[in-house]
Amino acid sequence: MVKLIINGQEIQAEEGTTILEAAQDNNIYIPSLCHHEEVTAYGACRLCLVEVTKNGRERLVASCLYEVAEGLKVKTDSERITANRKMLMELLLARCPNNKAVQDLARKLGVEKTSFKLDDNDCMLCALCVRVCQEVVGVSAISLVNRGVDRALATPYFEDSNVCIGCGSCAYVCPVDAIKFEDVGDTRHIYWPNNKMEFKLKKCSNCGRYFAPQAQLDYIIKKAGLAPDAFDKCPDCRD
Amino acid sequence: MAKQSNGRLSSPQELEALRASIIKTGDAQKPCITVCGGTGCHSFGSEGVADAFEQEIKRQKLGDKVDIKVTGCHGFCEKGPVVVIKPKNIFYQQVKAEDIPEIIAETMVKGKIVDRLLYTDPATGKKITYEHEVPFYKEQKRLVFGSNGLIDPAVIEDYLAIGGYTALAKALSMKPEAVIAEVKKAGLRGRGGGGFPTATKWETCRHAEGDTKYIICNCDEGDPGAFMDRSLMEGNPHSVLEGMVIGAYAIGGHEGYIYVRNEYPLAVKNAQIAIKQAEKLGLLGKNILGSGFDFNVKISRGGGAFVCGESTALMASLEGKVGEPRAKYVHTSEKGLWEQPTNLNNVETWANVPLIIKNGADWYGKIGIRGSQGTKIFSLVGKINNTGLIEVPMGVSLKDIIYGIGGGIPDGKKFKAVQTGGPSGGCIPESLLDLPVDFDELDKAGSMMGSGGMIIMDENTCMVDIAKYFVNFLEGESCGKCLPCREGLKRMSQILTDITEGKGKEGDIELLERLSATLIDTSLCALGSTAPNPVLTTLRYFRDEYEAHIKDKRCPAGVCKALVTYSIDEEKCPGCGLCVKACPSEAITDMGKKKPVVLDQEKCIKCGACYDVCNLGAVIRK
Repeated sequence: MVKLIINGQEIQAEEGTTILEAAQDNNIYIPSLCHHEEVTAYGACRLCLVEVTKNGRERLVASCLYEVAEGLKVKTDSERITANRKMLMELLLARCPNNKAVQDLARKLGVEKTSFKLDDNDCMLCALCVRVCQEVVGVSAISLVNRGVDRALATPYFEDSNVCIGCGSCAYVCPVDAIKFEDVGDTRHIYWPNNKMEFKLKKCSNCGRYFAPQAQLDYIIKKAGLAPDAFDKCPDCRD
Repeated sequence: MAKQSNGRLSSPQELEALRASIIKTGDAQKPCITVCGGTGCHSFGSEGVADAFEQEIKRQKLGDKVDIKVTGCHGFCEKGPVVVIKPKNIFYQQVKAEDIPEIIAETMVKGKIVDRLLYTDPATGKKITYEHEVPFYKEQKRLVFGSNGLIDPAVIEDYLAIGGYTALAKALSMKPEAVIAEVKKAGLRGRGGGGFPTATKWETCRHAEGDTKYIICNCDEGDPGAFMDRSLMEGNPHSVLEGMVIGAYAIGGHEGYIYVRNEYPLAVKNAQIAIKQAEKLGLLGKNILGSGFDFNVKISRGGGAFVCGESTALMASLEGKVGEPRAKYVHTSEKGLWEQPTNLNNVETWANVPLIIKNGADWYGKIGIRGSQGTKIFSLVGKINNTGLIEVPMGVSLKDIIYGIGGGIPDGKKFKAVQTGGPSGGCIPESLLDLPVDFDELDKAGSMMGSGGMIIMDENTCMVDIAKYFVNFLEGESCGKCLPCREGLKRMSQILTDITEGKGKEGDIELLERLSATLIDTSLCALGSTAPNPVLTTLRYFRDEYEAHIKDKRCPAGVCKALVTYSIDEEKCPGCGLCVKACPSEAITDMGKKKPVVLDQEKCIKCGACYDVCNLGAVIRK
């Protein structure tokens, strides 16, 4: 365990944890969009920046990546931090002016409007979906393609992915609801910002309702080495 | 000669014996025609020149009397193809294949100089016969780069003949810590951009814990107008390789990579040849020179992304991943390539190492100035008379470089600014021309040393347009991972474009400054955090130009098309019709002899062809 000071408050944290995790454990709010405890930290949105003082030197770091250290002094709010966060939100608001989650966070951070020309995106390229698909689901059906301003979320070549299992984890983890999915009848539809796919749903052998994509169930059976009929029934009809 | 049965040298003594035999076989007094095969001269047709020499020598059966050698870049690209005839160093410039029979007949056979191929000093109008008397070379100190002109980069014996691998033998006889101490004492700082003390990096990497340690040479030079590393790797790859082996020994690394962009095919080829030759002679591989030290080097070819010059992005690319940077809160010298301690230096830094070890830190410390010891290679490009690669001791003034070595600004135009440090460097104005060129002074001026790009701009340059150019370049090269760099550069580019198109608004300057501050503070890597430099320095030194664009809708340099109009001064125009012929859009009509021409604003595309062609000042640009 190491002791560090966040906003004047002494805090204990385990070695190897990040400032953001330590702050969250102690109910200290640091805004962030691209961080999720289940996946590797990425440091793309930069909203979680904090000021650290080490060896008498002050600097801004991304708290989702910077690890705690004994005696580390951290400020989560200062004029410099606020000014930068506001500018970052202005940039984000210009990219996604019509996205409710972005609008809400902007308001929370004191930004009502942006100084820049308005685009119309929902996705803000935080790559949470990509990381979840790769690290949690383990299929890497989607990735960020192209460079710089042309960067986009996509399946390979913007075509239907042959490895996607339709689980919807990408939609679930998206902090700004840029990925949507819905089940209509026997079909699941997943809508990414640049393409969409359909998946056949499995029918429960008992009650007859469609409950999960067949591809996802096949994937779990294969991964976990379950019996081929392990998912014949929906969760409600299982023993 | 005592050699291991496999041909590998097994001791420093064997290396010296081999060197002695190479020098003995060669005849230092035998005339040798060296043809520059560097990229600049190559594009001027040096390959044809070299072929013509070979054929002519063969035809005249002079093979026993004259040697021919295609070398690396000599630096004076402006005057390529360059030919230097040794041992006297007769300097012929802009040589064509059809000049060869004359050079052979006159100079090689009769010992006469071909006057018309000599360089004329524009200052005095006098012809100059010898390379070392040409002002471009005279003011330089070419320690790292000078050997380029002496050797065939594909022949290791050439490098050995000029003392190559002496430093390696010496280093291997020292303790690794002593090698680091020597480099530290010399004060060597990284030549790739950051200017970080090289020995400190080596020390951290040496002491870092890891199963293995990697040594990397960064040859991913990507700045527009920069070709220093390229020319070194093409022209003297063994000097880089020797530096890497010495560094690897000092750090305790056994695996090395040269990361070189695939757009540099000759650099890739010559590095490959150099590695094979060094391995064959036991200067690389297992048990180097019988010391028990092993070190292998592989080549990794980059796909040409500018961001891959950033160390963590380069390492990601080396690992086969997308070349995107990561945060460096844990330094790569502790956790780099494949999570192992990794030491990365750029080409020029590595090439400095053998010099330091061979001649000692005391010798090295006397070159340059305190805090910026040694020389630095710059690529001098843009509006300058002598385009090319130059090497000077750090601390010389910008004025000496631009007006001394560079020969000033062409066409009698006035100097306006010099951009140092590549696209993320800054523009330095005329008032700072006495600035000594070193790491710290350039930083203070808001620019940086960077990897050594130096772009000269004359009075016809619009500084807002220049800032836009560099920001657009960086926008295109941003990897897009972090929000401030991706979105910030896009917005910066939009604002600058608006300003140059006459759509600038009150508050744009302040917005650019606020945006710049956030890019500096919050970007994930140095590409984003240094990207505002062109904007901030042009705002600092040329703010009035921004204001003229925004408030008066006027481009003082007459560059931004939307803000420029051309008209005809009827008093001055004699109706000669030169502009009518020059106009690509038929916007100017000839009204007959001695009558002024008429310019149709509707058809005018504002290209400025009429303005350039009129010698009488009858075309007005506003």
